[in-house]
Amino acid sequence: MTLQDTSAASSSSGQRKMKQPLGRRISRALLRVPGLLPALTFILILTVWEISVLVFSVPSYVLPAPSRIATGFDAVSTHRWFQHIWATLRVALTGYVISIIVALPLAIALTRSELVNKALYPILVVIQSTPVVAIAPIIIVVLGAGDAPRVVITFLIAFFPLVVSTATGLLATPRELIELSKSLRAPVWREITQIRLPYAIPYVFSALKISITLAIVGAVVAEFVAADKGLGFFIQFSTSMFRLPEAWAGLGILVLLSLSLFQAVSLVQRLFFPWSLPKKLL
Amino acid sequence: MAGQEPASIRFSGVGQVFETESGPLEALRGVDFTVARHEFVAVLGPSGCGKSTLLRIIAGLIAPTSGTVSVFDVPVTRPRDDIGIVFQKPTLLPWASVEDNVVFPARHKTGRVSRADREKAREILATVGLAGFEKRLPDELSGGMQQRVGIARALLMDPDILLMDEPFSALDALTREEMGFELLRLWEARPKTVLFITHSISEAVLLADRVLVMGARPGTIIDDSPVPLPRPRGIETTKDKVMHDFAGHLRGLLLKRAA
Repeated sequence: MTLQDTSAASSSSGQRKMKQPLGRRISRALLRVPGLLPALTFILILTVWEISVLVFSVPSYVLPAPSRIATGFDAVSTHRWFQHIWATLRVALTGYVISIIVALPLAIALTRSELVNKALYPILVVIQSTPVVAIAPIIIVVLGAGDAPRVVITFLIAFFPLVVSTATGLLATPRELIELSKSLRAPVWREITQIRLPYAIPYVFSALKISITLAIVGAVVAEFVAADKGLGFFIQFSTSMFRLPEAWAGLGILVLLSLSLFQAVSLVQRLFFPWSLPKKLL
Repeated sequence: MAGQEPASIRFSGVGQVFETESGPLEALRGVDFTVARHEFVAVLGPSGCGKSTLLRIIAGLIAPTSGTVSVFDVPVTRPRDDIGIVFQKPTLLPWASVEDNVVFPARHKTGRVSRADREKAREILATVGLAGFEKRLPDELSGGMQQRVGIARALLMDPDILLMDEPFSALDALTREEMGFELLRLWEARPKTVLFITHSISEAVLLADRVLVMGARPGTIIDDSPVPLPRPRGIETTKDKVMHDFAGHLRGLLLKRAA
């Protein structure tokens, strides 16, 4: 102890750095590389998973090892994978775009008119409270085959956060700017397009990020109920045939798809509305 | 002279009652005063005395419950083009550059911004000491600079009347004093009728020709005194004994009222 104390007192800062405990130096190095830590955690989980399956000889139709799942990707041709991905993506994106087209004007109407608000808001809450998974089979029966029922299911899941968040954003505009608008006697639509909507952008994008992942959920749920293509259909089909490695591979692709879409929305925000990001994320 | 020239702002028996959830709230009662053209009048009072309500009535944003308010002898029924407002917070558009914020009134009112508007904006920005900052975004500026942009925005339409609602109260003491002198400089170069709302006694005394003191609940004018200080005023005015005596007089009024 005394030795350390004297050396610390007499050493230069460079030497003091060397005296840092090894663990701390390693954790510093790990934190310096972005994305390294989550990657390491992921690899660790895969390793534990692989070893556990091996040691306890878990059959692959219960829980396939990661190495076995990797072969699941080969069980289907690349062309076929893209067909599944496209089927899911098409439904998710169509539903997503429709939710945006419906949600933004609806949010404006809800915040502008008390009549619309009182008349529609309770119904919106009822729709949101209905488990979409439960009405999915009914919607399929009503709307029949094709993309339409799946798009409707996706829409029902994705649009509510957009409406609520946009409405909140529209109402969050500073009072002074609204007064400025009134004092200029500007038309109301300009108050909406030049002040309220831009002010709502951060709120809209939070909701857009939530809704894009919900859109994937919607598309997959719809495929569980009725579909002959798509990643949701593929996972369900593979599971029913006890081809678990393929089902896991499908899940992996689904997760990647969802992540990419989320990142795409974030990218749009960063490129076109950089001022709307919290300072830390810039 | 006051006989020929119409008063910029005239309040006659103005009362304002707001309907709130906990019953009616009387914000103003029997407010009478006039402001001459190009006069700089400070409205001094504690928070919640209805100072801001006063300003919003002149701006035509709210209609008084009783009495009349005229601007240039025309009763105010809706917002006018010749009034500029500077708010307590700068409330700039965070996505727009400094210049775009200054031309915003033109864009918002007419839907388009002319080359002349932009030239004027740059000119005004230069007079408020922001030349070279035209392309910056508001949050790259300090609080004082942001409020300068707020003032420049209010000056774009070259209003005859400038309403200022505690414009420097969010700034630190030093910046606040500096901004006050800057405002005087602007006002002397381009005379306007200014109604300056504040809760700072020294600010009111230093800037205004006349100080209206308001009492709260309900808001009424309890004193109307001309400021006995010569112009131009500057940093040496703050050391003037007359200023301290007058400030003491105002403080006495406010404290007596609060007790």
